[in-house]
Amino acid sequence: MTYISMVNITKTFGKVTANKDINLSVDKGEIHALLGENGAGKSTLMNMLSGIYFPDSGSIFINQTEVKFNSPKDSIQAGIGMIHQHFKLVEVLSAQENIILGQQMGFFLNKKAIRNKILEIAQKFQLDIDLGKKVYEMSVGEKQNLEILKVLYRGAKILILDEPTAVLTPQETAKLFKIMRRMKEEGCAVIFISHKMNEVMEISDKITVLHKGQTVATLEKNMTNPQELTELMVGHPVDLSIKRLDRQRDTITLKVRDLKVENNEGIEVLKGLNFDLYAGEILSIAGIAGSGQKELCEAIAGLYPIKSGQILFKEENLVGKNPKEIIAKGVSMSFIPEDRLGMGLVAAMGIVDNVLLKQYQKEKGFFVDRKPAVLKAKEIIKKLDVQTPGIYHPIRDLSGGNIQKVLLGRELDTNPELLITAYPVRGLDINTCHKIYDLLNEEKQKGVAILYIAEDLDSLIALSDRILVLSNGEITGVVDARKATKEQIGLMMLGEKIKETEGAYAV
Amino acid sequence: MLYKVVKRSEITQGKSFGIRTAAIILALLTSAVFIMILNLNPLEVYASLIKGAFGSNYRIKQTIITAIPLVITSLGIAIAFKMKFWNIGGEGQIMMGAFAASFFALRYPDLPKPILLSLMMIAGMVAGGLWALIPAFFKAQWETNETIITLMMNYIAIKWVTYLQYGPWRDKGALGFPKIPNFSDNAILPNFLGIHIGWIFALILIIVVYIFMKHSKLGYEIAVLGESENTARYAGINVKRTIIIALLISGGLCGLAGMIQASAVSNTLNVEVSGGVGFTAIITTWLASLSAPFILLASILFAALIQGGSFIQTAFGIPAAAAMILEGMILFFVLGSEFFIKYKLTKNGSAKSAAGKGEI
Amino acid sequence: MDFMTSFLAAAVVAGTPLLFATLGEIITERAGNLNLGVEGMMLMGAVIGFKIGLITGNPILALLAAMFAGSMGALIFAVLTISLRANQVVSGLALTIFGTGFSAFIGKDLVGQVTPNAIKLFFKPLEIPGLANIPILGKALFSQDLFIYLGYLTAIILGIYLYKTRKGLNLIAVGENPGAADAASINITLYKYAHVLLGGALCGLGGVYLSLVYVPAWQENVTAGRGWIAVALVIFAAWNPFKALVGAYLFGGMDIIGFRLQGTSIQISQYFIDMLPYLVTIAVLVVVSMRKSKKNAPPKGLGVPYFREER
Repeated sequence: MTYISMVNITKTFGKVTANKDINLSVDKGEIHALLGENGAGKSTLMNMLSGIYFPDSGSIFINQTEVKFNSPKDSIQAGIGMIHQHFKLVEVLSAQENIILGQQMGFFLNKKAIRNKILEIAQKFQLDIDLGKKVYEMSVGEKQNLEILKVLYRGAKILILDEPTAVLTPQETAKLFKIMRRMKEEGCAVIFISHKMNEVMEISDKITVLHKGQTVATLEKNMTNPQELTELMVGHPVDLSIKRLDRQRDTITLKVRDLKVENNEGIEVLKGLNFDLYAGEILSIAGIAGSGQKELCEAIAGLYPIKSGQILFKEENLVGKNPKEIIAKGVSMSFIPEDRLGMGLVAAMGIVDNVLLKQYQKEKGFFVDRKPAVLKAKEIIKKLDVQTPGIYHPIRDLSGGNIQKVLLGRELDTNPELLITAYPVRGLDINTCHKIYDLLNEEKQKGVAILYIAEDLDSLIALSDRILVLSNGEITGVVDARKATKEQIGLMMLGEKIKETEGAYAV
Repeated sequence: MLYKVVKRSEITQGKSFGIRTAAIILALLTSAVFIMILNLNPLEVYASLIKGAFGSNYRIKQTIITAIPLVITSLGIAIAFKMKFWNIGGEGQIMMGAFAASFFALRYPDLPKPILLSLMMIAGMVAGGLWALIPAFFKAQWETNETIITLMMNYIAIKWVTYLQYGPWRDKGALGFPKIPNFSDNAILPNFLGIHIGWIFALILIIVVYIFMKHSKLGYEIAVLGESENTARYAGINVKRTIIIALLISGGLCGLAGMIQASAVSNTLNVEVSGGVGFTAIITTWLASLSAPFILLASILFAALIQGGSFIQTAFGIPAAAAMILEGMILFFVLGSEFFIKYKLTKNGSAKSAAGKGEI
Repeated sequence: MDFMTSFLAAAVVAGTPLLFATLGEIITERAGNLNLGVEGMMLMGAVIGFKIGLITGNPILALLAAMFAGSMGALIFAVLTISLRANQVVSGLALTIFGTGFSAFIGKDLVGQVTPNAIKLFFKPLEIPGLANIPILGKALFSQDLFIYLGYLTAIILGIYLYKTRKGLNLIAVGENPGAADAASINITLYKYAHVLLGGALCGLGGVYLSLVYVPAWQENVTAGRGWIAVALVIFAAWNPFKALVGAYLFGGMDIIGFRLQGTSIQISQYFIDMLPYLVTIAVLVVVSMRKSKKNAPPKGLGVPYFREER
């Protein structure tokens, strides 16, 4: 029986049509996957279901009755609960406080009664939670459990999970799927947004594919296969395989020895790292978010204070050098933060001034010369096919993929010998991802040493030579990517050490 | 709501200038309502405001003299603001610049004019710069909130000059009146075309600051740092050094304005030497969107407001504070108008979807 | 009363305008809005409250008028920063400029006027039996006027509101992470407006205490920078209403120390002592910024406009 249906939904933002005549219907006790590339309109559609956006036209029915959501409140009252990709949690508050946030029941807080009700729900759905724990002390998995509990507490019968597995280990993902199956047994309707084919095939009953803001098809899981889904999603046949080139040389470009760093609260976030990186090699770093990836990148680039240890770049210690000197030596670091713009780029400036960022210090004298930067900007636009109204147009108005291309294009242009790149394909569509993999392979062939940090284990395994796993600031192992499995890496991400750590120095 | 907010992708310079102008007109209209409440004819008041500012040769000169420190201080503040360093200590930096210049003027009154004036200028800039260096140092070192510190330092500067005026520097020949002695002629800036040569400094500085911000490495670094400290560090910009140098320049310009005021306008040092310029310059800087050429325009506008304001005080008996209200009002409207430069309101498409959309 | 007690009592009196303004700014900043117009709102409250007090002779009406004036100043700020997403720093400065002009303008005819006797009488010190007998502190804290008791009460009520009620919890969420609060169906705009306006009303009260009770006569620019000290005190108090009590009275003490030292054997220029509150404010800010901690951090959403459909 149809529980929820969205009919002919259209939504535009300015000149961009995010959703066009989209149809979707989900039954009780069904897990329905919503599949599509970034920018296909999945999030926009779901935001309309959760009352955050308002459709320009079209109707939403719940239990065959038309509903209109003017705010998230209306949506919650209709039994819809959304688990956002970026958790909507208040860091300084405890789990319990986050759950009761915004609820209308009495003026003062009756903590005991609320607590019992929450624990009852947690038990029913087998969710582990420590209600007194502050959010900033929680792991990603705990935060997700909290988000789920939050919407269940509000009486959600329709759950929307927006790319919930993006930041989870394979083990955490398995746990999440168990919870989702519990929800299904309880008669909930679950909408699962993802672009990971194997997960979609594992968990869902039905699949709706979106492409460029339109519904392409709704299929029974048993009637389809990953190849068909991918082609529907991308809009044309694709080759999903990622090329792996053999390692080029045997010279070591980067040696890290006993590297320890502390954050500004005095907590050790890198606990004595040791590894080597060869010229012409892609060494990937896998780990749960916040395991020390960012600190490692910044430490090498000279942006993070180092407590002890050595970072040897072509046998020269980089510790104690400032970022300017390190850049001049041929080390390039590009880190794509979640908001894409926080580090490396200046949102309010155009491509020219952003290219200038890595250029002007080489120029002599008091003034800056923008002419070379203008040429470089045009070159990057042409080479990487960047969509922009002009070279002086503020890059904050560009799409995420284009912003990332500008950053990577600029970094590659400096002809580095060591390229550190973190999350370069974050949020990009499959075609652009492959373009970036190709670029990295091109650099590898030139003999550049590449330290590659990413979230998606599948592509990590396919692209790299070796994979170094970080857990809580420690290396739990280095494995040969040709032999590694996701499960093995997942366990290491959770802290399980493998025996042969000598892999840190050689394959 | 019948309208929804949409981000503008692009706006022409002309259009954004038009929106700002409309905001100023709206501010004048709103103020007109207040004037009417006072039982006065707003048209008459505004007419005499203009007359008071530009009505005669003498008044035009006075307006220009008022605009000079505004221009120079605004340029200084613009450099700090570009870095998102909220220097609201212009008042104190002017005061300390005036103090240091006065030190040389009073100590060496008989030095040859060019030497004495040069000394005073350097002293003024150094003192203003050092006064701004203190909050800059704290900001660079510990990210201490500069807004409040620069402001607190205004009060300290005022108390310091008050102390001098009532204490050690008091003019014993002034028959008990608490004032500091007047400067010798050698310590007073000469006139050019009937106005003290500060106006030439102001014009030159507009060009210098414009080139500095647009084409120098340091100007570029300041702009990058203002947008994102992480990116600045990433690109190898020395954040601490940039903050310190930018504020030395910012405070130095304010200090120069102080020297000019003490030397050419009051011919001595007193607590009124800054006369609110440090605060008014914040408005003019913002109005000009931190752009050096527009600072000239905004400063003349506000100088006219101040001059016209004191004129209508005598003509209509409206307190001089009315000009301050008008200043505040213009700033409110301009601040509000920026929303319409960044976003536009569009009518919600169909009647169906327009029903009760609870957007912001 | 011995010297210590009378000094403490005077410090509480001098600290009361700071307390109201600090509490007002705490509640404003808790909603994620940094309003630097405290000085302006205090002056608006001071002049309107004084004027109404003078006309009606009614202390309650005077206080209400002051609160109204302060919140009208805050309303301008709220419209600019919440609805129109203007820069909060500059909007606050504009409000201070406007409020200063406004109070000088309205107060032009009030210069030299003295608080009516009816109001002076209403705000004469009242001993709280029992509590006033506590040694040293009793007389200092509990032999004060009603306005000061209102200050204690406001701080305590705001503390309870913030830490013990649902609305307080929601407010914390709005200031920390408006996106999360929005998703929890808290009306962000409403919360921001309500608390910015409440903050303005409290600043207005701080101002009217100065003009109506502390001085008690009209003088131009009666706040003399206290609004700015209040902004700094918010950091000192780590956004906690209870700690604001301590901070405000400490700075109240500093405000009067120069006056108290006159006639004693300590010889130091009055102008230097007058610098003390400003110097100490700077010192406090520097020390607080030197030892950053998670507990004393400002609300994360402070100064950032919230806009749901941003993309």
